[in-house]
Amino acid sequence: MTADIHCDNVAKRYGSVAALDGLDLQVREAEMHGLIGPDGAGKTTLLRILCGLLFADSGRIRLADHDPRTQSRALRAFLGYMPQRFSLYPDLTVTENLRFFADLFQVKPDEREKRLQRLLSFSRLGPFSERKAAALSGGMKQKLALSCTLIHTPRILLLDEPTTGVDPVSRREFWDILAEMRGEGVTILVSTPYMDEAARCDRISFIHKGKVLVTDAPANIPGLYRQQLLEVKTAENVAAARAIQADGGFSSVQVFGDRIHVSAAGDAASMRKRVQACLQQHHISIEEIRPVPATIEDVFVELLR
Amino acid sequence: MNSRIWTILRKETIHIRRDPRSLVIVFLMPIMMILLYGYAITFDIKEIRLGILDQDRTPASHELVHDLTSSNYFIVSGYLQARDEIAEAFLKRRMLAVLVIPPGFSADMGTKAVTEVQVLVDGSNANTATVALNYIKSFFVARSLQMNAEILRSPVNLQPRVWYNPDLKSAHFIVPGLVAVIMMMICALLTSVTVARERESGTMEQILVSPVRSIEIIIGKTLPYVLLALVDAIVVVVFAQMVFGVPFRGDPLWLLGFSLIYVYACLCFGIFISARVATQQIAMMSAMLATMLPSILLSGFIFPILSMPKILQLLSYIVPARYYLVIIRGIMLKGIGPVHLWMPALFLAVFGTLLLMISIRRFKTNLEG
Repeated sequence: MTADIHCDNVAKRYGSVAALDGLDLQVREAEMHGLIGPDGAGKTTLLRILCGLLFADSGRIRLADHDPRTQSRALRAFLGYMPQRFSLYPDLTVTENLRFFADLFQVKPDEREKRLQRLLSFSRLGPFSERKAAALSGGMKQKLALSCTLIHTPRILLLDEPTTGVDPVSRREFWDILAEMRGEGVTILVSTPYMDEAARCDRISFIHKGKVLVTDAPANIPGLYRQQLLEVKTAENVAAARAIQADGGFSSVQVFGDRIHVSAAGDAASMRKRVQACLQQHHISIEEIRPVPATIEDVFVELLR
Repeated sequence: MNSRIWTILRKETIHIRRDPRSLVIVFLMPIMMILLYGYAITFDIKEIRLGILDQDRTPASHELVHDLTSSNYFIVSGYLQARDEIAEAFLKRRMLAVLVIPPGFSADMGTKAVTEVQVLVDGSNANTATVALNYIKSFFVARSLQMNAEILRSPVNLQPRVWYNPDLKSAHFIVPGLVAVIMMMICALLTSVTVARERESGTMEQILVSPVRSIEIIIGKTLPYVLLALVDAIVVVVFAQMVFGVPFRGDPLWLLGFSLIYVYACLCFGIFISARVATQQIAMMSAMLATMLPSILLSGFIFPILSMPKILQLLSYIVPARYYLVIIRGIMLKGIGPVHLWMPALFLAVFGTLLLMISIRRFKTNLEG
């Protein structure tokens, strides 16, 4: 039995809204697979269908050769699922929460204590083991949630935006744990809104309007960008972006903090001239202007159009 | 026992133990209700405000007034001078009834076959009016008999004896019924929110993706409350007995045993509501609505089932309090044992188990509506 995930032409409707619309996805065994996509793309619906909480209207789904709808109990024995809104029992301590989930999965007591110790040191929650979950910080709560999901050593792990709203340090620790799990051969499918997290995956799938638009290794994604990209830095980025947009000669203008990304189908030299002319007209001085390779984010912005 | 049921049961027990506020409510609410209902619902009407319009003003009329008001059922709230003062006294609610003794009362009594006395009652509260009227009627019947006794012997002499509650104190009848109503409400509330709470907080989604079965969740969540509710029932019965002095003629152990069955049926009712409800608020509202009114109105707690329309009589068969009322009144007031009570107990057991089974079937281990 290989711990892989197959989705063929999966569809799911909520009334008149299509949440999944002929989705295809292949996740390999022991792969860390990222799910990227705007809100409402269907990521949560997909993950819930995979663990059997929701049923697909049509399509074929297999996790390690199990149909999540008809074989959910057998599947759930080796599946770990962490919902977007993972809630622990706030009145139970860290250890009590972990023991509860271990017992729910019928982990044998001696084995349970071993894993408990390992997960506590893993997540650095050891010093807080007797603290009630309600009194943990956001980052600690997420790490405890992940530990509860891992207590029965699942072979497939489904995570729904596990680090949303978590501080950067905890986020990194969280992903270190995931990397460790992947190293042990666990198949991981994780949705995330963060591009830096997506970059840590083996492959990522971009999902939009209930379909997977592209699946590839993060390193290959920028190569999918078909246009020329210019990075512009000015003293007044917002005004500059508005001016370039008004020019009408570019396909997209995006402000990323201190820089503007301008893209068009043409070559870099003529684009640069046109941007310079446009900004001169508006009396905005340019600090820097140069062609740059596309990021994963640029590719997805282009795919969304 | 199945280890997952045990796991859930243990977790629920921790929730109960660590939530002192809810525990206070569980024990305080019944006691408050016993006090409120126990004192408020009473059919013993005392100190009826009686006005006197004595137009005779003779020793005989004074004696009549004195005799009527010497019991504590009536107090004289004023003497009227003329008939036209009666309406005002009723409107201002100074008086509930007025006794009119016409002129020539004492003269008539010696000479005429029938002596007339009038009583006027404020009927805006029909219940009180009826009771007041009955008191007055029985007073005059007794008085007439007493006066006639010298003249003629009455052919039939009724000797009333009331068993089990000789003074017909309404507390003896109401308080055991209250125990049934209160336990039904508390138990249904307790279990109705347990599943909804986990749905609301999101932990349910987390439990469902384990290999747990719905039977394990439902039973694991019902059992811990049985003990809590039973302790609650004991507190309520002991408290009610202490405050209202309701007699306890039967065997407390049998009452405990039957209460266990009742509490089980009520908890199953709560879990039945909980199995499909999404939020704690809806669960609580449904539990209150589905238990309070039927238990008070359709159980025979106050209103006799036999005098209800046929359809309500049929409906009362699915009200668990109806059966427990028979049990608790039987044991406390009549001192009867299981020989006479196994039928209602059996019904409660079947009722609870049926609801539990339906709940298990209705509870789903997925999130599809």
